[in-house]
Amino acid sequence: MDDLATIPDFGLGWLDASGPSSDIVLSTRVRLARNLQGNAFGPRARVNDREAVLKRVSGVMDRSNRLASGTLWDLQEVDSRTRSILLERRLVSQELLGGKKGEPQRGTGVILSTRDPLSIMVNEEDHLRLQSLLSGLRLHDGWSLVDRMDEELGQELPLAFHHEFGFLTSCPTNVGTGLRASVLMHLPGLVLTKEIGQVLQGLNQVGLTFRGLYGEGSEVVGNFFQVSNQTTLGKSEEDLVDHLDRIVRQVIQYETQARQVLMKEAPAETEDKIWRAYGLLRYARSLPFEEMINLLSGVRLGAGLKLLPGLRVYTVNKIMIYSQKAHLEQAAGRDLPPPERDAHRASYVRRILVSEGVVTSEGDESTED
Amino acid sequence: MKEGKEKVCDACGGGPAVMHLTQVVDDQTTTSYLCERCAVEKGLSAPTPPNNPPLADFLAQMGGDEPKEPSDSDAELTCPFCGLTSSSFKEAGRLGCPQCYSTFENSLRGLLRRIHGGTQHVGKVYLPPDPTTTEVEQRLDGLRRKLQRAVAAEDFERAAEIRDEIRTLEPAS
Repeated sequence: MDDLATIPDFGLGWLDASGPSSDIVLSTRVRLARNLQGNAFGPRARVNDREAVLKRVSGVMDRSNRLASGTLWDLQEVDSRTRSILLERRLVSQELLGGKKGEPQRGTGVILSTRDPLSIMVNEEDHLRLQSLLSGLRLHDGWSLVDRMDEELGQELPLAFHHEFGFLTSCPTNVGTGLRASVLMHLPGLVLTKEIGQVLQGLNQVGLTFRGLYGEGSEVVGNFFQVSNQTTLGKSEEDLVDHLDRIVRQVIQYETQARQVLMKEAPAETEDKIWRAYGLLRYARSLPFEEMINLLSGVRLGAGLKLLPGLRVYTVNKIMIYSQKAHLEQAAGRDLPPPERDAHRASYVRRILVSEGVVTSEGDESTED
Repeated sequence: MKEGKEKVCDACGGGPAVMHLTQVVDDQTTTSYLCERCAVEKGLSAPTPPNNPPLADFLAQMGGDEPKEPSDSDAELTCPFCGLTSSSFKEAGRLGCPQCYSTFENSLRGLLRRIHGGTQHVGKVYLPPDPTTTEVEQRLDGLRRKLQRAVAAEDFERAAEIRDEIRTLEPAS
């Protein structure tokens, strides 16, 4: 049976907050959409197309350096909790799993590299969705990883490519490079100083777009924003990545300035907000996910501003992932209905904050000067 | 600020205002209305601007009101490979196979122009198993650009890989 233990860092390497600017940027994701010649994709793909694609891909894995060490998971053979864990770790999309209530279709799979932070969704909207997921702001590294994987795949499999339109995809919004690079940012400073609206408007004006934590169609919670390129055709991959990188660096600068403004203009309110969030997380007995993510946002800001001495950004990242439904159920070994789930969540958060997030009493005192 | 039925640009006083700009500098709030051209000229966008992000790329893509796809009057097309029809493409917005791009090429061109601002791919060139000389040349151009970038970024491992690939593709001299 497939086991997440075979995947480096269990697919969670990006959590470690080791990457550049990781107090503001959680992760960098770069994905490439690719389709194979000879099989229908998207809405026209039938079971035999999907199964043929899965077979064609698994057939060349041995010949690819990067994929030889990967494992292919046939999603119909994976139990539903493990599938949800893959989703919560952002290794697969909701759509690949068959939507919110659905089941994955026959022939859908995911390849997880056991060597690099790379994965390939098979038979999502496109035949192949290659993605890299890294900690902090590392767009060029992320692009380089998927680019190399793409090279290897392209040597083994005939890809759908058009001399004018580039790489062909099911949705015309992805055609050309098939590249979507996105950076998950935490921007509480800009939200609190009410500058976020202008920043987001600015992003739209320079050809970028933003989404919530869970990608397309998801709401913004906990001041987490995923910023990505909007267009995929007419610019080279390197130009798209450079442009996003440049703008994200600017947003980081704005966020840093906003945090400085908060500490200068409203230090007492800011500290109070952060400590209240910490207090609730540390002592609450029931935590719905949305409440938790909002409190976590405050605590994450506190960790970034060094107002909560001893608390690492890594711990905050870890709580974000492990306090999700499937992760809690995995730990409990059974399904957890909502009221019970919220209690388990609160208990998990308390435990982690005690074992990893101890805020020293000196730290506490020093903030009361 | 002008109070009228239709706002005009505060900067040039001519064009219709399409953008409402509120700036807070040292607790001083100023509000102004700008037309598209002046907004571009001001490189308008983000809040406390030390550097304004480049706008031109995106605005160049906006391209005004292009006609809708010339589809309704068109005869219903069906992709010979996957069977997708123009009406189901319009409904779902998804294509079903590489062949669809030829089948619906005419209406796609307009759509791609509206989404991306153009139709010509300028990124990575895929090399099919039996490439033509032009395809090899295009691929080589792309690789040479990539090599320059890798060297500039001092990513010498990557540069070496790309150089090897260029060597295998270059016609033997």
